[in-house]
Amino acid sequence: MIHLEKRPQPSQFWAGFTPILAVIATMIAGGIMFWMLGKPPLEAIRTIFWDPLFHETFGPYSRPQLLVKAGPLILIAIGLSLGFRAGIWNIGAEGQYIMGAICGAGVGLAFYPSESVLIFPAMVLAGALGGWAWAMIPGLLKVKFGTNEILVSLMLVYVAENLLASVSQGLLKNPEGMGFPGSRNFRDFPAAYNTEIISGTGMHWGVAAAFVAVIFAYVLLTRHMLGFQVRLTGEAPRAARFAGVNPTRLILFCLGTSGALAGLAGLFEVSGPSGQVTIDFNSGYGFTAIIVAFLGRLHPIGILLAGLLMALTYIGGELAQLMLGLPAAAIQMFQGMLMFFLLAMDVLSHYRIRFNKTVPV
Amino acid sequence: MRAVKTLLASVAVAAGLSGAAVAQDATKVGFIFVGPIGDGGWTYEHNQARLAVEEEFGDQVETIYQESVPEGADAERAITQMALAGADLIFTTSFGYMDATVAVAEKFPDIKFEHATGYKTAPNLSVYSARFYEGRAVQGHIAGKMTKSNIVGYIASFPIPEVIRGINSAYIHAKKVNPDVQFKIIWAYTWFDPAKEADAAKALIEQGADVILQHTDSTAPQAAAQEAGNIITFGQASDMSEYAPMPRVSSIIDNWAPYYIARTKAVMDGTWESTSTWDGIGAGMVGIGEITDAVPADVKAEAEALRDALGSGEYHAFTGPLNKQDGSAWLAEGETADDGTLAGMDFYVEGIEGEIPSS
Repeated sequence: MIHLEKRPQPSQFWAGFTPILAVIATMIAGGIMFWMLGKPPLEAIRTIFWDPLFHETFGPYSRPQLLVKAGPLILIAIGLSLGFRAGIWNIGAEGQYIMGAICGAGVGLAFYPSESVLIFPAMVLAGALGGWAWAMIPGLLKVKFGTNEILVSLMLVYVAENLLASVSQGLLKNPEGMGFPGSRNFRDFPAAYNTEIISGTGMHWGVAAAFVAVIFAYVLLTRHMLGFQVRLTGEAPRAARFAGVNPTRLILFCLGTSGALAGLAGLFEVSGPSGQVTIDFNSGYGFTAIIVAFLGRLHPIGILLAGLLMALTYIGGELAQLMLGLPAAAIQMFQGMLMFFLLAMDVLSHYRIRFNKTVPV
Repeated sequence: MRAVKTLLASVAVAAGLSGAAVAQDATKVGFIFVGPIGDGGWTYEHNQARLAVEEEFGDQVETIYQESVPEGADAERAITQMALAGADLIFTTSFGYMDATVAVAEKFPDIKFEHATGYKTAPNLSVYSARFYEGRAVQGHIAGKMTKSNIVGYIASFPIPEVIRGINSAYIHAKKVNPDVQFKIIWAYTWFDPAKEADAAKALIEQGADVILQHTDSTAPQAAAQEAGNIITFGQASDMSEYAPMPRVSSIIDNWAPYYIARTKAVMDGTWESTSTWDGIGAGMVGIGEITDAVPADVKAEAEALRDALGSGEYHAFTGPLNKQDGSAWLAEGETADDGTLAGMDFYVEGIEGEIPSS
């Protein structure tokens, strides 16, 4: 008879090992799915996990693209993880991402076609502020009126999407765009373009910012008082109150930081890889980052790895579509399996599996 | 460890070689789709044309595609990967891929690119689109004749010239046969979102519309109309004949197959050149789906006559006298619109109520 016994402390070993186990389980279950679709399972899995990194033709292009795709995910997820650890649930990173892009791009476009070196830093600042301000709405409503930040931040995503549609066709529309919606392309505006720091590596300023954020978050959580308060509030809210943690300050800090980082991600994306403000510029990074945060166990290094893994499944998934004719929906199923197994495997870190013959009374 | 690395490297090399071998045999044609190939509308028809290319050339071509590619940064990667995969010709089938296609075309001068509905060309980049507004004229005629409430609902997608042209063309021809007709327009801000489209259709029906025109690709409005009863609709992008004879009384069918076949042939023959193509009913790029018996015989005959006149070129869908919405003169008696104005159309014609969102 198998039964589960709750561990007094979540197992450190299993917490680290379950993600690997989940990836293996996904490969097996996904392989079976691909096989049922009439595609060669081993080749499909190799295409998803191996080809983006090491394929002769695709590798040199895909490797930098991994960073491009993972950068915004990591940047947003790091911000979210701070709040999630403290039990503050910002679900609206997608909206803050959009607002960061709009504000940052707006500042840049306002100075078109200036060549000043100050434009890009000003855009970065405006992007961070835009995301921060959008996150402050649920923050202030929560501390003043006790509203639920999950609902407010989520609803503000839809408001931001509509603002995005509006500015793409109005305020920020390309005056030389023949009436089509969408802003000028930042590619044609070098002073404001988020270019690669080292050409051919995919390492643009947003990716660099993501790495910096990982380091900062790591130091904050392990070495700083504020990081300790974040952890304490999440793990033992009562103890946190006795320890003199100021909940208002903590809520505003967590929401503000995650908003600012999401805004930065939006700005770096709009001024770089995406290149222009368009009606559907946002492609779900803000929501995917929530998955990345949990996949990485809310730990900065974990998030870094999770972001890269997520990017790998996206790019590998695209290659699998291209090379093997796998439907897009099968790739989404595959990504879904990864999340499912990861959460399911959590049981191993919280419980011990016991094999015994007698049923405990 | 070293042994493992060597083994893995040789696997990678083998995979690369087998990929290269395939590329040399057949002309490789790639397609980037904005929706799923089963959307029943826009992407479905592009995919049908892809299959037609395969059928036409058999072993001489190999087609690859990627569906549901978001417009923006992801599109550029998808197109680049397709180019790296050895495609000789790549069709990017949505307006939002324009800048991405331009960027990739610059990097791969030996590969031919074709971008649907855009306006930026390059030596290795053509644009192509269809004169859907000709089909809208036929729809407008039927709508004007059929409506009893004199309210025609229109589910618009994005306020871009393509969509505005369709609204204007439909309105002009509805008004011609029914001076009391009124258009109610809902902007859905999506090309494909069954839930939003269904909501829009229901809202229009509640406002009294008994004809629904749509510039979105799903069959959700058809389903909503069927449920409400006594509402007529038109298939968009594909025939949507599963809703015939009611509510779907006719349709605009995108037929990309002749164009895709011709362009693939041109690449094979080495005669491909950068062009701007804008074909309509005459060239067969725009098809009018069968008009069902739900439409009275005389209206059907008129609509078919209009279709034939548009197809032969003896009648232009934008023929003066026509004024702009603000009352200013646009086309004089007998004058027809030039392609430049049509391509960048950002105004309503006189009589349409409401404003084009934030332009």
